[in-house]
Amino acid sequence: MKYCVTNCHFTKNRRFCHNIGTPDGEMRLRTAHQLTVDNDGVLDTIALGRVVSRATIVREICHHLAPYQVGEKPINGATVIAKDLTIDSLAIMDMVMELEDRFDVSIPMNVIAEIHTVDQLADTIQDLRAR
Amino acid sequence: MGLFDRHAGLLEAYRTVRTTGQDPFHIRMERVLSPTEAIIDGKKTLLVGTNNYFGLTFDPSCMDAAIEAIRAEGTGTTGSRIANGSYNEHMALEHEIAEFYGKKHCMVFTTGYQANLGVIPGLVGQGDFLLIDADSHASIYDACKMTQAEVIRFKHNDPSSLDARLRRISERKEGDREANRLVVLEGIYSMLGDSAPLKEFVEVCKRYGAYVLIDEAHSLGALGEHGRGLCEAAGVLDDCHFIVGTFSKTLGAIGGYCVSDDPDFDILRVTVRSYMFTASSPPSIVASVRQALRVVKARPELRKQLWDNVATLYDGLAGQGFKLGPEHGPVVGVHLPDRETAIAFWRAMLDAGIYVNVATPPATPNGVSLLRCSLCAVHTRAQLEHMVEVMAGIGRQMGLLPPAKARAASGR
Ligand SMILES: Cc1ncc(COP(=O)(O)O)c(C=O)c1O
Repeated sequence: MKYCVTNCHFTKNRRFCHNIGTPDGEMRLRTAHQLTVDNDGVLDTIALGRVVSRATIVREICHHLAPYQVGEKPINGATVIAKDLTIDSLAIMDMVMELEDRFDVSIPMNVIAEIHTVDQLADTIQDLRAR
Repeated sequence: MGLFDRHAGLLEAYRTVRTTGQDPFHIRMERVLSPTEAIIDGKKTLLVGTNNYFGLTFDPSCMDAAIEAIRAEGTGTTGSRIANGSYNEHMALEHEIAEFYGKKHCMVFTTGYQANLGVIPGLVGQGDFLLIDADSHASIYDACKMTQAEVIRFKHNDPSSLDARLRRISERKEGDREANRLVVLEGIYSMLGDSAPLKEFVEVCKRYGAYVLIDEAHSLGALGEHGRGLCEAAGVLDDCHFIVGTFSKTLGAIGGYCVSDDPDFDILRVTVRSYMFTASSPPSIVASVRQALRVVKARPELRKQLWDNVATLYDGLAGQGFKLGPEHGPVVGVHLPDRETAIAFWRAMLDAGIYVNVATPPATPNGVSLLRCSLCAVHTRAQLEHMVEVMAGIGRQMGLLPPAKARAASGR
């Protein structure tokens, strides 16, 4: 249970609740005292434990990409972000900014340019968190 | 694969635009009559989309200065300043701009685009960090491709977003030398006319020892007691290490500049490629810019006229129910639901004799479609009230605004 943190993140008019799982990605129960609430995405990430499961990262990315899904084709690790979805390059960079604050990392633009799949993006975030 | 196949999507989009009516990106100004009027399609048209903030393109003193300079020194320099040398006029202009800001050094470029493209990579390289606002101008984005520095975007006009990114950099373990951090901001953003919370940004930068570069392209003349821009209006001129600007808007000509107090600034003259490998500004341009700067200093009433006009247009359109950019600015962005609506609205305005810009993704933030209006100190109140009326009529006709009667009944 060491890594179980529940996090709430308000953006303009959306409200995301995140259950950060254990390293194997399994969801655990929320507890009220573990709630961190903030409205700019900065404070809440500080409360995030250093170790976040890869499954959590992938889930978060897929959540951001859901509005750009084409037909019934599911979004998963192998999804090529710019090709398989209707998202444009600017929206990709905006999504990355949200992910940066969510996971408390900065992904340089030249690195973003080299990322094609959801898996690659998740790996990048995980690598940066390990630094 | 054909060379132009990569543009297939764009080609298709433009074919559709062109076959359905006037193309907003290929408009022909048959004759420009004044800062506020031109003949388009054989018809006198009101110009509200040309960034001519002080209306100086037809200022007699600026025109005379340009004509005299042509007679004295010819039409062009035929080369760059490192090859063909600097004219007295170039040096004088640089001196005058530096003095205008109270900074020690100034470098003049042939365009503002080239100023950003050259200066930014000249300041940060391998191992450094370049932090840019998400809504930065294309020239800043292009500059990012010219540097080995790590480029990180922060949320538009959000000092806490910048803070988080500078904090992460400072917490990083690797890297044995103190990396430079350069933060790039704009005084007034060119699409929605909103200005940066500069004081707050500067505080964040100071906390992390980051350098500040501010592009005052749209705020020169418009902001500050002396028209120096947002850096002056926010009272942080000394904390802005590099100020970039353009001669192509308020000053009514073409060219760009960067000023700084850094004692080694001039080294950029032999390192910045967009300065070294392109022809310098012709004497006529330099002369008209020098005169335009004198006009900006001598006629602060133009600034007041500009803001009065901003209020007339912004408040008028807001009163009609249009969704606008977040605050008064010399640029007024009118939100429309999508690209097709924006183009149709733009065409209806042109038919009614009013020219503005259409801005659609990816040139706009957050995928919005806009009619981008830019005001001029010498627009008349009557011209702008007429424009509000025309736009309200089109808005209602297109079903974007509630009918006039309903609005009157609701007390507007
Ligand atoms: C913010 C900003 N920077 C730079 C430029 C480039 O200026 P110039 O027209 O002098 O190349 C512009 C003009 O479009 C701008 O809006």
